[in-house]
Amino acid sequence: MKTLAELAAIKERMKDKVAIREGNASTRIVVGMATCGIAAGARPVLSTFVEEINREGLFDKVTVTQTGCIGICQYEPVVEVHSAGNEKVTYVKMTAEKAKRVIAEHIKGGKIVTEYTIGKA
Amino acid sequence: MIRSHVLICAGTGCTSSGSTAVRVALEKELVRKELDKEVKIVQTGCFGLCALGPIMIIYPEGTFYSRITPEDIPEIVEEHLLKGRLVSRLVYDDIGEDTVKEEGKPVSLNETGFYKKQKRIALKNCGVINPEIIDEYIAMDGYAALGKVLTEMTPADVINTMKESGLRGRGGGGFPTGTKWQFAANSISDKKYVVCNADEGDPGAFMDRSVLEGDPHAVLEAMAIAGYAIGADEGYIYVRAEYPIAIKRLQIAIDQAREYNLLGKDIFGTGFNFDIQIRLGAGAFVCGEETALLTSIEGNRGEPRPRPPFPAVKGLFGQPTIINNVETYANIPQIILKGAEWFSSMGTEKSKGTKVFALGGKITHTGLVEIPMGTKLREIIYEIGGGIPGGKKFKAAQTGGPSGGCIPASLVDTSVDYDSLIAIGSMMGSGGLIVLDEDDCMVDIAAFFLKFTVDESCGKCVPCRIGTRRMLEILERITSGKGEEGDIERLEELAQHIRATALCGLGQTAPNPVLSTIRYFRDEYEAHIKEKRCPAGHCKALARYTIKADACKGCSLCAKKCPVNAISGELKKPYVIDQNKCIKCGICMESCKFAAIEKK
Repeated sequence: MKTLAELAAIKERMKDKVAIREGNASTRIVVGMATCGIAAGARPVLSTFVEEINREGLFDKVTVTQTGCIGICQYEPVVEVHSAGNEKVTYVKMTAEKAKRVIAEHIKGGKIVTEYTIGKA
Repeated sequence: MIRSHVLICAGTGCTSSGSTAVRVALEKELVRKELDKEVKIVQTGCFGLCALGPIMIIYPEGTFYSRITPEDIPEIVEEHLLKGRLVSRLVYDDIGEDTVKEEGKPVSLNETGFYKKQKRIALKNCGVINPEIIDEYIAMDGYAALGKVLTEMTPADVINTMKESGLRGRGGGGFPTGTKWQFAANSISDKKYVVCNADEGDPGAFMDRSVLEGDPHAVLEAMAIAGYAIGADEGYIYVRAEYPIAIKRLQIAIDQAREYNLLGKDIFGTGFNFDIQIRLGAGAFVCGEETALLTSIEGNRGEPRPRPPFPAVKGLFGQPTIINNVETYANIPQIILKGAEWFSSMGTEKSKGTKVFALGGKITHTGLVEIPMGTKLREIIYEIGGGIPGGKKFKAAQTGGPSGGCIPASLVDTSVDYDSLIAIGSMMGSGGLIVLDEDDCMVDIAAFFLKFTVDESCGKCVPCRIGTRRMLEILERITSGKGEEGDIERLEELAQHIRATALCGLGQTAPNPVLSTIRYFRDEYEAHIKEKRCPAGHCKALARYTIKADACKGCSLCAKKCPVNAISGELKKPYVIDQNKCIKCGICMESCKFAAIEKK
């Protein structure tokens, strides 16, 4: 290493690898992963969110976590999106395909995918 | 893609409580549940809450699990990492009594009583990064401070920043770091050295070990900055051989830094050369004294030499040398990056920044804490430390180890900074803080610390070699019930002479534990000498077991258990203990079913 630019490059490359520990993410995607959620197919939904966020480079803004059963088992897989300053959005009967659209339109575009939310189901 | 990081402490504390087995079990379980591609295990340095180890933090939630065993792992993986449900029985969420916990809301680590009053600077990366991976340190702005000084600052700028920050030596002396660097920079020589004192030897102190284990690159970076400031190209870290994990991680860090050319020749292409070597100490306490330490690095027997000349003028191999403590160095990269003003905004007028303390003794949360200078002792003991276990009464805190003194309960509102502690006859020291409760005898505590210095005296000068031994003999006489009238005055007189005439800091400060306990607990000394009584009930030779006649049922159990047949009596009538035969083992008191035996 001979320049500060090289140091900065390592820092940039490592940023996503440690960002998860800093807790600065402004948006939290919570996937219901209780028995009912897993049975309804929450596992691929969770994996899709994780992959898409990585692909879009959103790791320092968004975290993906799981939660238990919130009591609306017939609507599983349930996904909640919490973002700072906004009311929580609850998506129901999610699939991997729907997850991709939520990332593209809601997380990146800021536009809630109303047709997937609990109010419409 | 990784969605979760599991941080497991691999510091000495958690390693000894079994964190390695926990990590191995977790690795296997993640593979079994096919989560190994999504969940990453990170081995870190010390989180500080050593009493509750092994410790694990799971991100992004920041859930803090304590006292994990390998048997808990399947449950944590299934419930937390797969289903996202907290394993509440393992969660540490003690937020203190004065705060109301919200129902159903997980408590984040920074809200817990142990962490909320802490301010982590020297320990910033401890428990956050993997200390064996240089890239993680770089991700946390590592080596950016070195880059900044080499490309944007002159050596004089660096020294001025250090002076303005108000940073003082964290090894115990409290000498202003910038001034020390200025002296070395002013000395004219072709060869200069930078030394790191990692010979942490106070009983109960482990701050430096935790920094070396948790964030070794911070020390390397700071030493290189110091080298640039004073014009040195070589550094030594003197670390005790009893710290195997710290040594291993330091060596890994040095190798990685050399590979990246952050140590070596022409760093960042600026023409600045700096390299670091490790020297192992064999464990002599006196080698933590700076002149003895330098003598030991040179390959000689570790004995101090008179100052002046100070190391900044004539130090290692006769060349100008700066020697700073591990914790001092750990503050430096952040001072460079965030500025002197940021650092000096914390703390008190004359003590800036924070100080790391190793909490030990009769306290609920044994471990490592970093607090702003000027925090009240009360906050450290009751809020951060969780108070005294078993409902016992706080009696005193001992700071500064064998060179320090005690702070009695009546001064629990003392501000913890260099000058306030000196004013009450104690000292900051390197940061050991041992809490004593009502069961601890202050004369015995003084004897304990003095025995340590007697053992560790190098023997070069008479006051320390012979004087401290005479003092110890008097103390042992007092605790064994043979104290004489005038012993307190004799101790005080000897102490004054040793203070004035010993060659180095070890001897000069050795009487401090005795003087400060006499100052605040003179009545306890007097009770031992005049009444042959230990008020704390601690000194065995002075203990007296008696049978309360009204409570004794005459069952004869104690007489049967007594190993020296000191108890006699008639069945169904009160028994008596023959004080001349009694060896004070306490078996009678343990065996009595009617609590009829008391110890005074």
